[in-house]
Amino acid sequence: MRQIVRIASWIYAVTVYGFIFLPVIVLVLFSLQATSFPIPPFTGPSLRWYDAVLSDTRLTSALVNSLIVAILSSAAAVTLGFLSAWGFARFTLPSSALLRGLITLPLTVSYLIIGMGLLVLFNWAGLPKSLLAAGIGHVVINLPLCFAIIYSQMGDHQINIERAARDLGAPEWKVLLLITVPVMAPAIFASFFLSMTFSWDEFVISFLLTRFDTTLPVEIWNLLRSGLNPKTNAVGSLVFAVSIVLVVLFELTLLRRKPA
Amino acid sequence: MSTVNNSGRALPWALVTPALGWTLLFFVLPFIAMGFSSLTAHEGGGFTFANYSQFFTDPSYWRAMVNSLQVTAIVTVVSVLLAYPFAWILAEQVPERWQRLALMVAVLPFWTSYVVRSYSWLLVLAQNGVINRTLTGLGLTAEPLQLANTRFATVTGFVHFFVMLLTLTIFANLKQLSPSYRKAAADLGAGPVRTFLHVVLPLTLPGIMVGAFLTFVLCIGDYITPQILGGNNELLMPQLVMMQIGRRGDFPLASALSIILMAVVTVAYLACARWLKIERA
Repeated sequence: MRQIVRIASWIYAVTVYGFIFLPVIVLVLFSLQATSFPIPPFTGPSLRWYDAVLSDTRLTSALVNSLIVAILSSAAAVTLGFLSAWGFARFTLPSSALLRGLITLPLTVSYLIIGMGLLVLFNWAGLPKSLLAAGIGHVVINLPLCFAIIYSQMGDHQINIERAARDLGAPEWKVLLLITVPVMAPAIFASFFLSMTFSWDEFVISFLLTRFDTTLPVEIWNLLRSGLNPKTNAVGSLVFAVSIVLVVLFELTLLRRKPA
Repeated sequence: MSTVNNSGRALPWALVTPALGWTLLFFVLPFIAMGFSSLTAHEGGGFTFANYSQFFTDPSYWRAMVNSLQVTAIVTVVSVLLAYPFAWILAEQVPERWQRLALMVAVLPFWTSYVVRSYSWLLVLAQNGVINRTLTGLGLTAEPLQLANTRFATVTGFVHFFVMLLTLTIFANLKQLSPSYRKAAADLGAGPVRTFLHVVLPLTLPGIMVGAFLTFVLCIGDYITPQILGGNNELLMPQLVMMQIGRRGDFPLASALSIILMAVVTVAYLACARWLKIERA
């Protein structure tokens, strides 16, 4: 009986892994295609489509745009999230639960609707579509995340260290910069990298709020109009590689906290 | 959590005001703007309920909501049914020290770009894609099957994403379960099957429902997967919303449709919250 469960488990697990990896393997494999269609039979390996991607200035500038938007919007989201988390964790504020609920509220609304709302607002205010507009949207989706992560990590033992610093005469800003930020560094880095991956991958808000200069997911979307194309495979594989690097950084920052 | 109260009132407010202000300005205010917009006429801009009544009277709009709800329901059920045994195998059958790696590998494709992931499924499902070439190559089908641009393709793309997501949440749930429950069940004479059905499954059910609800919310609001994989053969709600903006620049109608979509999600949330007694942490 136990043996049957084991064998069945193996078969099931391998099947699910196969289902999960099938599209990624096909994507990466046919990015190395030598001919013009990313469909069987495989004619590679060839790096010509990676060449095509790296010499396409629209794609490379979209990649740079994506990185800039991801870094700046994540930095803004983490800063706002950290300051508010500190405020709510350390001080008694009236209707604190309600205000914390307000900050985390955007988590429950789909990106499409957040983007639509900003589009209508900016349209009324006469603000043009731009990377800045998309970046504002990315802060909206990432701020609740950063706040929630950092707020949940602010424990009592950290309060005692801060209290000790205050007793020894440190002013509030020194406590913040020299005590709280270093102590909270793992949570701050984790939320920063998580925000980066979300911003890096975000499509619909950027699609609605940018026009000429745009982010990489939107530019990839534009590529899709030309149908199946190994160039799209190559871009996709590169994006995958960047995301993996971000995830590994995220894992490392989380692991750094473990031994404590 | 203990708090300090010895500072003046100004500092704490200075800390929380930027985040609150941002949320009010770029989340709450856009929402109000969308509400106003949905009540104005596209031509002329006067006050009207026409955008809402159009949804309820035009069958093609109504159809998009029905499609969305059907697809979302199918995706949620299929994803849970596929993910639960998988999470169970990872938590129970895989040796402890390999579990973290097994889980990380399972969610690796999760981190590709969302647009790219849908496109990858197109490569697999296309007329001359991997599946059809394999089937015709093996002589199993004479003609390639119509897999892309169908509801099947949309559901497959969604299920792929949500199996990964649900595996994470269900795995966490199974691991949190204290082993003493299972020991107690075994001591009282229950076999592994009875222990699973009467102890493990009921105890993980709330976690499954939370995951299923998350699936519902993310699935019903997604534009990319149905647009890339389903095409325009049948429209889902997010496609209908984007169509109003893209082709006609009809912000009021798009706003009204967005608000209707959000209302459906909110109703689902309230129904779930009451039924499951989900408390906000």
